[in-house]
Amino acid sequence: MSEHSLVIEHLNRTFASPAGPVHALSNIQLKVKQGEFVTLIGPSGCGKSTLLKIVGGLDTGYEGKAELNGRPITGPGIEKGVIFQEPRLFPWLTVEKNIAANLSLKNPAVRRRVDELIELVRLKGFEKAYPRELSGGMAQRVAIARALLRSPDVLLLDEPFGALDAFTRAHMQEVLLDIWQNNKTTMLFVTHDLDEAVFLGEKVVIMNPRPGHIREILPIDLPFPRSRTGASFQELRRLVLQAFEKGEEPALDLGAGI
Amino acid sequence: MAQLIHQEVRGEPDTSTVKTSLKYRKELGWLNRVPFWLHGLLVPIVLLIIWQIAGDTGLVTKEQLPTPLAIMKRFIELGASGELYHHLGVSALRALSGFMLGSVIGLLVGMFIGIGKIIERTLDPSLQMLRTVPLLALIPLFILWFGIGEFSKVLMISLGAFFPVYLNTFLGIRSVDTKLYDVTRILGYSRWQQLTKLILPSALPNILLGLRLAMSTSWLVLVFAELMGTSAGIGYMIEDARTYSNTDIVFVGIILFALVGSLSDIAVHALEKRWLSWQDTFKG
Ligand SMILES: Nc1ncnc2c1ncn2[C@@H]1O[C@H](COP(=O)(O)OP(=O)(O)OP(=O)(O)O)[C@@H](O)[C@H]1O
Ligand SMILES: [Mg+2]
Repeated sequence: MSEHSLVIEHLNRTFASPAGPVHALSNIQLKVKQGEFVTLIGPSGCGKSTLLKIVGGLDTGYEGKAELNGRPITGPGIEKGVIFQEPRLFPWLTVEKNIAANLSLKNPAVRRRVDELIELVRLKGFEKAYPRELSGGMAQRVAIARALLRSPDVLLLDEPFGALDAFTRAHMQEVLLDIWQNNKTTMLFVTHDLDEAVFLGEKVVIMNPRPGHIREILPIDLPFPRSRTGASFQELRRLVLQAFEKGEEPALDLGAGI
Repeated sequence: MAQLIHQEVRGEPDTSTVKTSLKYRKELGWLNRVPFWLHGLLVPIVLLIIWQIAGDTGLVTKEQLPTPLAIMKRFIELGASGELYHHLGVSALRALSGFMLGSVIGLLVGMFIGIGKIIERTLDPSLQMLRTVPLLALIPLFILWFGIGEFSKVLMISLGAFFPVYLNTFLGIRSVDTKLYDVTRILGYSRWQQLTKLILPSALPNILLGLRLAMSTSWLVLVFAELMGTSAGIGYMIEDARTYSNTDIVFVGIILFALVGSLSDIAVHALEKRWLSWQDTFKG
């Protein structure tokens, strides 16, 4: 087995539409190492979600190679955790039951893991609360705990903090980095936010639309914990921005970061 | 401490009722001197008094409209003799068996059609067509086919219970959020788990609504079925009393129907309260 957990080669995805075929992804090449944190950034419609869905096994209509741990991706499964922009909790289940989902809390091993995860995502005291009683940030933390309970090899996050305010978002980024450093889970993180991409990623994948393709992959060689105000951070941020300016689409969300 | 925070978040006070009652108080004037819970009963009480006086002064005959006191007296008499319970028991059993039969079949058919596309295409159109036939118009047919025996009545009632449960179950299942469906695929739910842990809970609000409607339809069909001919039941009691112009007994029967109807509604409502408390929009 190679050191790469995720291998994508010559990946294409075309959607049929009334106005003719839409080429959503064109010749995507991407390799992600075991335990690596990769952020994907690009303007709306460049195929970020499409790529994530393919890796998550939710979209199998692709051409080319997409392999996880050496096996082609043919469908969803617990080895691939997915976190969406919305928490997608089951409204009729309490927080702890949402995390356990189809696993039984009566099983002592599950019970112990769920309690640990509740601690990890800082939701102690809310085990018995229903989703309607949670704030957006809390609900998203439940979704993260739910994905982590299955100990996935790779965690796919599609703009998970997009709907949160700047403070909650910064806090959630810290929580996610904590989790990543403790569990060494491979992370594939889609965002619209330049600062978020540079703050979290060891590698930033820059995508452009029409058709969706990878423009550049930029390594971010900054040690964790990172500071958003440091000179090197700003320099790297500028580099990512430059990569976009070389492209034709400057329609990027620049202001939402902290 | 953690428990405390938890409590605080969960127990949001319902401010809406407080506001309305304050607003009420300002605009009510003399009504303020009457206890709050009595406000809605004022009109019926006044009407009852007028009714009683009209009967006592001979304005209406007791064959047309017996007085409230006379009806109450007859109610107690029938209750004491045990006749009331006998009829009530027979009626309740009929309604309940018809309701159970109809709603269980409605639930199963609704689930199968809701889940399977093929059955929907082939079976649903016929069911939709059948639904538009007024149920009560089928009663003569039922009598022709199955007679006026117990079986025929239960069947009629179950047909009445079937459609609301079937339609609402189907709707509930079709309203399952595809985003949550994707989540169950990612979390590795089996087909059975998807059914019991996603589809049924999602459809539960609709299913309960269907059951509630089925309950009132069962009751309605029961009244018709019993008026058509039988030897026991509330409907029989009413019909029998009518032939002998015992109008007070007719009233007792009507009141009983109303009472049991609202009691069963309260029961389903209590179930909803218990099972749907997780709903954002559910306000009991
Ligand atoms: N199921 C589908 N059917 C048809 N076209 C689709 C489908 N899914 C995506 N597309 C098209 O593929 C392209 C990429 O969509 P995608 O959702 O991956 O973009 P995105 O980068 O995630 O955008 P955003 O940042 O707005 O979420 C778009 O042009 C979209 O219209
Ligand atoms: Mg997207």
